[in-house]
Amino acid sequence: MGSEFVALSLPPLLIGTLAAMACALPGNFLLLRRQALIGDAISHVVLPGIVVAFLVTGTIATLPMLAGAACAALLAVAMIEAIRRLGRIEAGAAMGVTFTTLFAAGVLLLERSDTSSVHLDVEHALYGNLESLIWLDATGWASLTDPAALAALPPELIRIAAVFAVVAIAIAAFWRPLKLATFDEGFAQSLGLPTAAIGLGIVTLAALAAVAAFDAVGSIIVIAMFICPPAGARLMTNRLERQIAWSLLFAALSAIAGYVIAGYGPIWAGFSASVSAAGMIATISGLILAWAALAAPHRRA
Amino acid sequence: MLLDALTLQLGYNAVLVTLGATALGVAAGTVGAFLYLRKRALVSDAISHATLPGLALAFLVAVALGGDGRALPLLMAGSALSAWAGLWCVGKLTRATRLSEDAAIGAVLSVFFGFGIVLLTVIQSLSAGRQAGLESFLLGATAGMLRADALVIAVGGALVLLAALALRRPFLMTAFDEGYARVQGIDTARLDLVLMTLVMAVTVVGLKIVGLILIVALLIIPAVAARFWSNHAPRVVLLSGLAGGLSGYLGAALSATAPDLPTGPIIVLIAFGLFALSLLAAPGRGVLAAALRHRRLQHRVHLRQGLLALAHGQPVYEALTRRMLRGAGLMRADGVPTDKGRAEAARVLLDESRWQALRRAEGLASLAARDDGLTRIDTILTPDQLADLDARMSLQEVR
Repeated sequence: MGSEFVALSLPPLLIGTLAAMACALPGNFLLLRRQALIGDAISHVVLPGIVVAFLVTGTIATLPMLAGAACAALLAVAMIEAIRRLGRIEAGAAMGVTFTTLFAAGVLLLERSDTSSVHLDVEHALYGNLESLIWLDATGWASLTDPAALAALPPELIRIAAVFAVVAIAIAAFWRPLKLATFDEGFAQSLGLPTAAIGLGIVTLAALAAVAAFDAVGSIIVIAMFICPPAGARLMTNRLERQIAWSLLFAALSAIAGYVIAGYGPIWAGFSASVSAAGMIATISGLILAWAALAAPHRRA
Repeated sequence: MLLDALTLQLGYNAVLVTLGATALGVAAGTVGAFLYLRKRALVSDAISHATLPGLALAFLVAVALGGDGRALPLLMAGSALSAWAGLWCVGKLTRATRLSEDAAIGAVLSVFFGFGIVLLTVIQSLSAGRQAGLESFLLGATAGMLRADALVIAVGGALVLLAALALRRPFLMTAFDEGYARVQGIDTARLDLVLMTLVMAVTVVGLKIVGLILIVALLIIPAVAARFWSNHAPRVVLLSGLAGGLSGYLGAALSATAPDLPTGPIIVLIAFGLFALSLLAAPGRGVLAAALRHRRLQHRVHLRQGLLALAHGQPVYEALTRRMLRGAGLMRADGVPTDKGRAEAARVLLDESRWQALRRAEGLASLAARDDGLTRIDTILTPDQLADLDARMSLQEVR
């Protein structure tokens, strides 16, 4: 049991949990700034980003994929702003125009180009492949202290851990200005804080988390984790510090419970195959939000 | 080839798809316009993603009962039910908690979609190897469209269109002034529900052609594009329906000309093309029109300031102003005004001093608020008033 668990289940569990928490962190600020759907838009436009990166470089190496996705996310944010300002169109509609168009362009490019040799398709982009991120060199719990085995950890795990650290450190370092600009933009401005730059910074952090998480777990988890854990946490407390702690707890809970239920639930119920872990994680986060909406202490005020 | 497709001569399946896509586009554009004017465009995103679990459940139920899980009307019924559940959740989350509507939309769309994916993997493992083909509803698949499917889509689209047009007055009234609509006896909450039901119907009808991820585009983009061309709400609705229909027709025809041009994305990109054209070229709200207006205003300001400087005998240094004065033959290259320039400068100076006098004139001073530095005073005052003003001015000079 031990060796099988460490090799097959521990890496996906950790990746899922870290991805969920990395998305939930900036999600808190997006939610409070009423930009929750930016996360939705970003995760849709990741697809054209990686397709273009593939067409340019011809490989599905990680770095070009990440760069392409990040460029697409920034392009989407710029396009939304441009449409909103130039056309004087409300933000929601500008967002709808942008992400559907970029997503359609991504699908079209994917169909037109020869990707049969590489693993790149719409389904993969939507729900990732969490279950396949296994640690082949692990023989048991002892491998956790074995440098040779540790070197063969799935690269996605290292990457998502690094991104989670970057996002957490950035938020901790700019805690006061972030908090001020989120709750009272006018006051923050009068203190001389660069509120526009802070807003862009939050969106950039969100894009970073989305791109890294997308790589490992697909875009459904990204959208769900941007919104559901922070929304549930928002109903638990009125203090930002506690809200963030709750959202991290909810995100980790969704990821762990979702992965375990998706992997073992059908087997317990007597079926042979397992179901999509990404989908199940999103489902669990929704159930947690539903519970919060019905029973959380601050669900109204 | 494209011409053949546009004139519906590219084979039976292509004709079915083209007609179906056109009907869908008109219905989506029309309903989308009401949705956009109600400022709730993104609710459609939640509705469309929420169709997935119902689609999968309908398939599972049909298979469990021993039927064919792929019958379109059955799948449409299932997806309508789950879209309705998603809509109910958005409403409940927004009303019962302090979460804003966009958070509720995001939560519902991701959770329902995630649950749908779980069900899809269940179907995959049940049918072990045999493809159920439900994935095609994510992005639409028109290759195997049947005559019955096209009929269902066309009739569904027509019904949605009729319902939307029949309710256009209450829809518009609610969109523009909710309070007034309520006073007029309209149950706005119920009317919003009807609008959302129509959006849901469009989504369900569009599953086969553009798929549930991209149907949002057909609901939002034509309406946003149409809004550029008119400030008159019924005309915006009409234009939006036209833009939607045109996108569906052109997109389906174009995608029939080559095997690897998927219908849904092509339709969306054509709609975006119409939007981009509107953003740039629409008179009034378009970017080009605004830029031209700005340029014209800039020129008028420069010309007037230049003439005032000439009238005061001051030199003009600013490059654009110099260019304009010389171009109009008002100033020579060495900065000396021509005769025409002198006359024009005197006229502008008179205008300016009349405005200043107007500010001091009893009974007329309120009119001075119309002074924007560009309007000629003789377009504001009547000849009598002007004469009166001139009399006051000469009186002041005498004193």
